[in-house]
Amino acid sequence: MTKKISVVEKVHSANDQLAAENKQQLDQANLFSLNIMASPGAGKTSLIEKSLEQLKLDYKIAAIDGDVATSIDADRAAEAGATAVQINTGGQCHIDAHMLRNALMELDLDSFDLLLVENVGNLICPASFKLGTDKNVLIASIPEGDDKPYKYPAMYQDVDALIINKIDLLPYVKFDMEYFQKGVQMLNPDLITFPVSCTTGEGIEAWVNWVSEHIEDKKVS
Amino acid sequence: MHELAITEQIADIAIRHGEKNNAEKITDLYLVIGELSTVIDESVKFYWDLITEDTICAGANLHFQRIPAKFHCLECGKEYQLEDGELAPCPYCHSSKMEIMQGKEFHLDSINII
Repeated sequence: MTKKISVVEKVHSANDQLAAENKQQLDQANLFSLNIMASPGAGKTSLIEKSLEQLKLDYKIAAIDGDVATSIDADRAAEAGATAVQINTGGQCHIDAHMLRNALMELDLDSFDLLLVENVGNLICPASFKLGTDKNVLIASIPEGDDKPYKYPAMYQDVDALIINKIDLLPYVKFDMEYFQKGVQMLNPDLITFPVSCTTGEGIEAWVNWVSEHIEDKKVS
Repeated sequence: MHELAITEQIADIAIRHGEKNNAEKITDLYLVIGELSTVIDESVKFYWDLITEDTICAGANLHFQRIPAKFHCLECGKEYQLEDGELAPCPYCHSSKMEIMQGKEFHLDSINII
């Protein structure tokens, strides 16, 4: 005889639980952390390199790079001045809280001020897997097109900051900034946005200031 | 692509609740999925048989209840739904300021066991 059992449990509950544990670890170390997400080629590693130029002067920084294969990104982050840990996700299209927990074990968290987690290049899957970082950051880039908020709503909904990269290409690419921002506003009103170019350095200062303020806030908390 | 990881999570939850209730076998799973959740039923079904082979979930039927997305306009206060599956401004006052009321759900509601 069949019997009905009520479950009512979120499918992501196991991951969410681990994310909460990661958050607790990072909080105990007063370590401010960012989960950086974007499509492949939007400029995640370039942004990290550009930000490190400034941030490494004042802070100790760790970078955790998630990729399906290779350690190219971690090597670039290390070259730019961070202590880097590579996560090879073995085919998975996102980092999950469990992978981050393992990577955190390789770092002495108390000795850092900032942790940058570079997620796998993908606009769908990383949105579903919380990591336990303080802020989720999305990088959009001009050549990707202005319709991305409409096509990937889940990603735009849950981020705390948006970077619009490659603004130096605006004169050469068809990109309707008003249409793009209208989509963003629908999904995430009042989202803080930083238009930047990692090539020319335009806009980087405002972004770096925002990160620095959060590092300082977390230090005293 | 993340359906593999998701299907594993679904199986883990079902097996845990099944074992707790001394189930010999789980015959049905009832999942609730919001329209805005990026989960594809077909992919979950595809992985399901592979993952649950040799478990008490083997051969169980998956049932999906889809919850439509609903929005609340922050300007005029009216409620509205997705237009042809597309995100759109408020059809009454054309404001693009809205909040999502439902559509992001994703949970295992119940299971049938023997």
